[in-house]
Amino acid sequence: MTLLGQFCLWIAILVGTWGAFVGFSGRWHGRPALAEAVIRSVYAVFGLMVVATICLWQGLISHDFNIEYVAGYTSRNLPTYFIVSALWAGQKGSLLFWAVVLSLFSSLAQWLTSARYRAMMPYVAATTLSVVTFFVTVMVFAANPFERLPFTPPDGRGLNPQLQNIGMVIHPPMLYLGYISIAIPFAFAIAALLSNRLDTGWIHAIRKWTLMSWLFLSIGITLGMWWAYVELGWGGYWAWDPVENASLLPWLTMSAFLHSVMIQEKRGMLKRWNMMLIVGSFLLSIFGTFITRSGVIASVHSFTQSNVGYFFLAFLVGAAVLSFTLLYTRWDRLEAEVNLESMVSREAAFLFNNLLFVGVAFSVLWGTLFPILSEAVRGTKITVGPPFFNKVNVPMGLLLLALTGIGPLIAWRKASTANLKRQFTWPVVTGVVVLGIALASGMRHFYSIMALSLGGFVAGTLTQEFARGTRARHRMYNESYPRALAHLVARNRRRYGGYLVHAGMLIYFVAFTGMAFKRDMEATLKPGDSITMMSPFGHQYQFTHVGVSQYESLNRVVTAASVEVKKDGKAVGIMTSEKRQHVDSFGRPTFEPSTEVAIRSNLQEDLYIVYAGSVQGSEEAVYRFTINPLVLWVWLGGMVLVAGGLITMWPGGPTAHGAPRRAQAGYGVQLTTAASK
Amino acid sequence: MSVVTRRSFLAGLSVALGGLAAPGRPVRSQQQPQAGQGEVGTLRDPAAAGPPKAPATARDNEPFIQSVEHRIRCTCGCNLDVYTCRTTDFTCSTSPRMHREVLALQDQGKNADEIVAAFVTQYGEQVLMAPKPEGFNLAGYLVPGTLLLMGGAVLTVLLRRRMRVAAAERVSVPADSTPVATPEEMARLNRELADSERE
Repeated sequence: MTLLGQFCLWIAILVGTWGAFVGFSGRWHGRPALAEAVIRSVYAVFGLMVVATICLWQGLISHDFNIEYVAGYTSRNLPTYFIVSALWAGQKGSLLFWAVVLSLFSSLAQWLTSARYRAMMPYVAATTLSVVTFFVTVMVFAANPFERLPFTPPDGRGLNPQLQNIGMVIHPPMLYLGYISIAIPFAFAIAALLSNRLDTGWIHAIRKWTLMSWLFLSIGITLGMWWAYVELGWGGYWAWDPVENASLLPWLTMSAFLHSVMIQEKRGMLKRWNMMLIVGSFLLSIFGTFITRSGVIASVHSFTQSNVGYFFLAFLVGAAVLSFTLLYTRWDRLEAEVNLESMVSREAAFLFNNLLFVGVAFSVLWGTLFPILSEAVRGTKITVGPPFFNKVNVPMGLLLLALTGIGPLIAWRKASTANLKRQFTWPVVTGVVVLGIALASGMRHFYSIMALSLGGFVAGTLTQEFARGTRARHRMYNESYPRALAHLVARNRRRYGGYLVHAGMLIYFVAFTGMAFKRDMEATLKPGDSITMMSPFGHQYQFTHVGVSQYESLNRVVTAASVEVKKDGKAVGIMTSEKRQHVDSFGRPTFEPSTEVAIRSNLQEDLYIVYAGSVQGSEEAVYRFTINPLVLWVWLGGMVLVAGGLITMWPGGPTAHGAPRRAQAGYGVQLTTAASK
Repeated sequence: MSVVTRRSFLAGLSVALGGLAAPGRPVRSQQQPQAGQGEVGTLRDPAAAGPPKAPATARDNEPFIQSVEHRIRCTCGCNLDVYTCRTTDFTCSTSPRMHREVLALQDQGKNADEIVAAFVTQYGEQVLMAPKPEGFNLAGYLVPGTLLLMGGAVLTVLLRRRMRVAAAERVSVPADSTPVATPEEMARLNRELADSERE
């Protein structure tokens, strides 16, 4: 099977190179059969990638430890679902996973895109084929997942214990799907530039793809935070690690694009900016891959350092040069069709929102690369950790939160003073009330107070938008309020789905403030010993060490330390944290013992207990007790955000064909003479 | 009826095996310690629970110690600060050593800045979790905010200029010029603009 897999990779390189070459050459113009052949090469590469993936999965499932990748990431006693997920656990397998998913998306893009964009599709095919071919080339020449060992070990090394978590089964594919799907909007952008079809048409063709990509990135990032929280044991969910930052970068630029694209659709403005955002997002997704796989920046999430990084660096530079050169040659054709009418308009608010998104993205990128820059300039190594990122990015994040509430309140084109007064009164009052409550309750942490009061302002905005819309429908159609609300959302999914996304972001920000009030303590307890701890919400917790037990389970020896928890004198339950010593099928230890955290969540706070180890191999246990306020809200915020995103991209509905019409209205604003009469 | 789960069965089995391996050791204390009695059993397989831990002391929890250790990076290569590493990565021997160094420096009567400075002298600037805001490092702190402010200023100037151009174009059009749109197109335009306003 490995031979077949290798064969598929080589054939994919040949087919992909041919398709990309013919597609970019434009020789298919006036030759429909050749254009069709280019598009079919996309499907062919997809088929080849599927066969190659099945070959590797077959090797994983059949425990063919002669394959270096299988021996390196699985063992005979590894549960089946982790064997399946081992496809993306290592460098080589994840490259194959990336290639197969990209070829799937490329095929779907060809299959699902309306015939009205037919003239662009060979260029789209050429772009996606170039990217897939690049990944396959990296595999064949630098990271071959089918590489065989000169001997066959009796068992594999097994999967890293920290990857043996359901979060790691789902989180990497989601993040990859987000990264990978950016290639489709990028391909359409390149196709639009090459074919000179620079109207708003290509924007409509990629709308679902950009939303999907943003949604997958959002899910991937949130699941990554959840995995870090439950698995890594440090009591937090975001550490500003370079790899975490790398996933945030395209999410920020895609978020900017999702806002600015509305201005192009409605007003025919920002064509150049949107093009740059799409190209930039794609390059940042490749940059993230480079960071993760090159080892150029130290990260706990990185794959093993390898020469794969050089390939990605070369591809990154090449793609950037070619894309921006192409954009430069079409610069004049991307002129805006209308000019801004007022600084107090939604267009202006969106522009400043874009500036902030890109500013935060730059800031994160700057902080991530600053150690390299510092070493190059001064010859001194420095560390840029969470204190730096918090200091630089929190103020920008708060400004972004403020704009989340301001944007929906300002009218398109030009807002009058009366309109502003009517729109802003209720949200500002809400923000001020929350500010008063925060100060009265004794809160003195500046950024937390700001986040909460701005959160109140945004909540006021969103509530007002939903309330006004619902009330209007109630009056106009005599519908009950719940029915009016449901119809309001259903009939304008993009707008109200977007508001739900804003609500998700608001919940995130409020939840993040909880980390400022986190409490930690270490304690050594003998069985029966107790310790008390006050929570930021004023609850008194009592932790009593019950004891430590050891047993064997699946592929590990478990040492479980249990604590009886009482809250304000009332029994809450037993919480058990574990040490897991993973073993292979011969009972030999494979990795260092890992820690499983005990977590009990409610809407106020999380109890987070870590069994650090035992004193002298006895039942006397060392624990770290952490009380993390508002963490549950992070996951709830993620769910609301994803729900909003799904509503926004849900197919059908009255607005499905509305966008192109509104885009034409955008061009129509050119008729200033007529409009002014 | 009592239910025997796989977990309780295996736990019981491990206790029984442990008892066989170490005769004379009280089994009860290992599996079912009595609350308040403080009896301490021995683990059957101590290595499976990771490296032995030294008992935590009251000083380990001092806010002063925690705040200092949050500013210092563990040099084991984990990218974490000393406090987080020593309370998370229990296989790391570097962070406990650095923790002891912090305690020793505190015993010498040093304040937080002096302790951090001592670490910088010993390990170099890389030991700081965030670079000192001085010299070239200032660029790290100030460039993003400065560029954002400059971007905002440039954007404002650019938009104002474009607005003036747009306004001038509107004024320069003769009052009696014929609209280039048909009445149907105008009606449609107005509908769309109203629709756009609502959104």
